[in-house]
Amino acid sequence: MELNDEQILRYSRHIILPEVGGKGQKKLLAARVILVGAGGLGCPVGYYLAAAGVGTIGLIDNDTIELSNLQRQIAHNTERVGMYKADSAKKTFEALNPDVHVIAIKERISKDNIFDIIKDYDIVVDGSDNFPTRYLVNDACVLSGKPLVSGAILRFEGQVTTILPKEGHCYRCLFEEPPPPGLVPSCQEAGVLGALPGIIGGLQAMEVLKLILGRGEPLKNRLLIYDALKASFRKVRIPKNPACPVCGENPTITELHDYEAEYCQIRL
Amino acid sequence: MEEIKPDKTINIKGLVCPYTFVKSKLAIEDMEVGEVLEIILDYPEASRSIPKSMEDHGHKVLKVEKINDTDWIIVIRKERE
Repeated sequence: MELNDEQILRYSRHIILPEVGGKGQKKLLAARVILVGAGGLGCPVGYYLAAAGVGTIGLIDNDTIELSNLQRQIAHNTERVGMYKADSAKKTFEALNPDVHVIAIKERISKDNIFDIIKDYDIVVDGSDNFPTRYLVNDACVLSGKPLVSGAILRFEGQVTTILPKEGHCYRCLFEEPPPPGLVPSCQEAGVLGALPGIIGGLQAMEVLKLILGRGEPLKNRLLIYDALKASFRKVRIPKNPACPVCGENPTITELHDYEAEYCQIRL
Repeated sequence: MEEIKPDKTINIKGLVCPYTFVKSKLAIEDMEVGEVLEIILDYPEASRSIPKSMEDHGHKVLKVEKINDTDWIIVIRKERE
């Protein structure tokens, strides 16, 4: 595949970079990335990946847009309230860059569909807003060996980590089980300041681009934590846990289970 | 001095920065280490910036020559991938 004249103009700032060049741009155009969630994080991640020319972007989200989403979910707009987020984000990303093919999947991700969905992609990005999904995505990526760039936000704080199965830590190495429901409030309960997902999503998008290009150091065995009020970043080491229930030496999780049920049981 | 025979020649007359360099870089990426690229251009600024950028990227500038009132020839040897 050769870059056409329009692509040479569009991606000229990439091509100039010694670490990217035309070869790197072709890698981006050939890459396939799936975003879990087209909300606060999925919007900026997808926006930047589309702008960068990541050729195929999958979006899985079964939610529709509400007015209360628009203070942070920048791929959607006021006219589109009520529309599926996956459809709205597809529209926005494809309008930004016609090189990009966006596949909108209006389903809830579950143990029954996740393997089938992620198998077609090179990298998975988690921008989900709940613990059952976060653990489901982690376990599915570890079990199928897919790189996962995970991000989370709440109030004024966010975190990012890159999970490279077999090479480094996974989410369960860090937090073996989800916290009991109610212990960690959701965005709905606790709020989130508008630009925060842009920062965390931007970091996630950068991790994805680095993985595709094979450049730099991924956030493997590291958790990057951003405190917006203090305007500070801190990087915490997360060693791979040999006793991790999914990626450890003697894993107890060898197939996916019902994550919603597990999570709700903790409540009881 | 012996005349260097280019392995590839590109004519980027009419292009301005940064596309002069973008086109030159794409051309050199597709070549083998040791091969020589000849660039014909007419954007004065690029006659200075292309050699500098190519050197920054680790390549060897063999020649920069104004060949008439409007045009330059730049000859670069690819030194690294």
